[in-house]
Amino acid sequence: MSFLAIKGLSARLRDTSFPILRDVFLSVEAGEVHGLVGESGAGKSMIGKALLGILPTSIEITHGTIELDGVDLLRLPPAERRRRIGATAALIPQDPLTALNPSRRIGPQITDRLVDILGWARSTAEARARELLDEVHIPDPVRVMRSYPHELSGGMRQRILIASAFAAEPKLIVADEPTTALDVTVQKQILKLIAEMQARHGTALLFVTHDLGVVSKVCQSLSVLYGGMVVERTTVRDFFREPAHSYSRALLAATPKYTDPLASLTPVPETVIAAVQAEVAAHDRSQRNG
Amino acid sequence: MQLFRAFLLRLFTTAITLSGVAVIVFFVIRVVPGNPIAMMLPPGATEADVARLTARYGFDKSIPEQFLIWLQGVVQGDFGTSITSNQPVLGLVLGRLPATLELSIMALVIAVFIGGFIALTGTRNRGTSVEAAIDVGNGMALSVPDFLWGLVLILLFGVLWPVFHISGRVTPSLDLPFTTNFYLFESVLRLRFDLWADIVSHMFMPALALAIPLAAIIGQLLKQSLKETMHLDYVTLARTKGYGENHVILREALPNAILPTLTLVGVQFTFLIGGTVIIERLFSYEGLGNMAIDAVINRDLPLIQGIVILFAAIFTAVNLIVDLSYAFLNPRLRHG
Amino acid sequence: MADGRSQIRRRVGLKLWLSGGWIAFLVMAALCAPWLAPHDPLAQDLFLGRLPPAWVQGAEPGFYLGTDSLGRDVLSRILYGARLALIVALVAGSLTCLIGATLGLMAGFLRGWVDVVISRAIDIWMAFPPVLFSILLIAVMGPGLTSIILAIVVIDWTRFARVVRAEAMAQGAMDYVASAQVAGRRRISTMFTEILPNVLPTIVVLLTLEMGIAVIVEAILSFVNLSISTDDPTWGGMIAEGRTSIHQAWWVLVFPLVTLFLTVLSFSQLGEGLKDRFDPVLR
Repeated sequence: MSFLAIKGLSARLRDTSFPILRDVFLSVEAGEVHGLVGESGAGKSMIGKALLGILPTSIEITHGTIELDGVDLLRLPPAERRRRIGATAALIPQDPLTALNPSRRIGPQITDRLVDILGWARSTAEARARELLDEVHIPDPVRVMRSYPHELSGGMRQRILIASAFAAEPKLIVADEPTTALDVTVQKQILKLIAEMQARHGTALLFVTHDLGVVSKVCQSLSVLYGGMVVERTTVRDFFREPAHSYSRALLAATPKYTDPLASLTPVPETVIAAVQAEVAAHDRSQRNG
Repeated sequence: MQLFRAFLLRLFTTAITLSGVAVIVFFVIRVVPGNPIAMMLPPGATEADVARLTARYGFDKSIPEQFLIWLQGVVQGDFGTSITSNQPVLGLVLGRLPATLELSIMALVIAVFIGGFIALTGTRNRGTSVEAAIDVGNGMALSVPDFLWGLVLILLFGVLWPVFHISGRVTPSLDLPFTTNFYLFESVLRLRFDLWADIVSHMFMPALALAIPLAAIIGQLLKQSLKETMHLDYVTLARTKGYGENHVILREALPNAILPTLTLVGVQFTFLIGGTVIIERLFSYEGLGNMAIDAVINRDLPLIQGIVILFAAIFTAVNLIVDLSYAFLNPRLRHG
Repeated sequence: MADGRSQIRRRVGLKLWLSGGWIAFLVMAALCAPWLAPHDPLAQDLFLGRLPPAWVQGAEPGFYLGTDSLGRDVLSRILYGARLALIVALVAGSLTCLIGATLGLMAGFLRGWVDVVISRAIDIWMAFPPVLFSILLIAVMGPGLTSIILAIVVIDWTRFARVVRAEAMAQGAMDYVASAQVAGRRRISTMFTEILPNVLPTIVVLLTLEMGIAVIVEAILSFVNLSISTDDPTWGGMIAEGRTSIHQAWWVLVFPLVTLFLTVLSFSQLGEGLKDRFDPVLR
């Protein structure tokens, strides 16, 4: 029994037939780090958002189930779904500069979920926050907790957001392109930190990224998306050794290698795109007929 | 340090503005054809009576001379003597000020409550017919000034369904134990809730008339900023923590969305105070505005002068307070 | 997003049609008042005092909206009152617009000491309670149509000056102005040929709004009894009379009030609708 099991999830632009997600199957075991890769617009972020209940209002889920720890989230009443997500899952957002509330101090932004949703005592929650800030290598946690976001650097803020995500000991964390908005120099440190925290807490991690290099470093398994459809699900080792799907192969060829960064890259060929698009169209046809 | 210098500069421009107002009013009202003294004396008065009184009020001197005398008095806290009541202007004006202040503040409180409620309801139901209805209502409330709303309220709640008083500040037959003119405030302090209810029942209609346009402005602008804020990442993050819509709007979005509204409310509040003049007249409410209109009709020059300057002083003070509170409320300015 | 935009455009269109329609109707009514009005608006007949509107019991035929305490026909007075209201709206609105916009344009584009003087004057004007100021001016100038128009111009020019100044400043910072300057044009000529056309939509919107304000100011002044002479039918004067006899004859207040309400609302909605029309994002 997987910890997270998404089955047949389909979503479309509200009041249209424009598909966003096509019959997505995805499972993540407890403690597993799973990468979600694809080009922009492939729907990889949407899966994370659907599971956390933060899809834009313009997108509606048409069918499928999202089972988190054995419970189908989509069947729960809204209030209970929110609590359940808040208690078992967390998000590491993309842009640390906009993901902290500018008018609230750092401390309460880490402890609020512990106190309000999980019912911890304030002092316990604060002690926990200090401990976590320590874990993410932030000097002088007491001072930082009293600060406002604008007083801290982007790297600091991303560390705080990571600490905050781990605060409630969630069983699953969605990391939505957590390094894209950062400097290249900071990117590596943050990536290392996420891996380090994941290992220490044993949390399952759904790592949404367009960067296969990042996937090869942190993930154990991955799903490749195209047009809102999972075209391949495999382990990282198999993927980088011999990708099964032609699109995956092309994607891999289009990614710079750390071992040989100067090697020439092949863009994804037209024929491969045509093939994968035909596959998507065939899927749509079978949906309509079935 | 920089803030302090900005503050000094503001004080300086405020002083210029107030003196400008004083000069303009002083000269404008003295262009009036006809001697104000002659107008108020009984028909049988002799030439000598008129001349004596004219000299007493200083109207026989040239206008610049009169202005200097007046200015000298103001520096010593003497704003002259009212012609109609023969009492010091300062005392008369300060006696009426509490009534107008209570009315304006009550109107502001009502406007903030209604406007805030509209904005929160609209944000919570964004994209639905509820929001569309709110937009239409806001548009109407904004287009029609307080004077007309006052008349509409008189018809609705004074005549059609008479639940509120539409005239005066308090029922005249009541015995008032008050020592100040802050009736509303003092009735609470003295725990006289019977009087308090009577005063509120008199104030509510004029206050609501003043509040409607402002409430619409608050509702519109705050809803706009809230909706923009609701898309931001920290709001989304709060949702994943398990918080519901109400909580997200109130704690995450509201504090960040409120600043532009606050600045606007400051400016609009001065307009609201300006509106008390006609609204007090409409509801026969015994405040400064009503007194001002009487003073104009009676050509009571010293009194007009005093009231206009007081209004101008209140306006500039409100603007100053808004600027200061803006600097205080914005954490980026406070700690920057 | 495209259909959202067309939805807004449709709503704007409706707004323009409704408000424009009411004002056109009012203009026609004012022009044709002598033929439309069933009675002389000034004719008093104490035997016909406080007659209710035609559909209420006790009404006399021919007095469709009833009569006031002096027996004057409410409908006829509203029709003739429309003439006055519209004259004030048109004349006071245009004059205010002309003066305010010119001063704003000069302050915003020429800058320097011109701007200092005009801006300071605006600050001082903003510190006056406008209603009190207008009452004061009427008291000084004496009642009459000219006084009302002058009072509105003197008080409200800042509405135009403030907005136009800001717009002219924004336009003045743009490249096309600099290139006109480099080409050796005189500043005044640049102001009228380059800046003015770009500020014009804003001025038109403000003018429409100002007309509504002028109507309301006239009504307020007649209400305080400082407007034209007391005999002339004005909506504000009728409202003032209606306010005193509200418990005996509601119709004396209600009909002029509804007319005034719709007129003010229409001018304002017309202005808002034009603003949306001119908005390049929606176009």
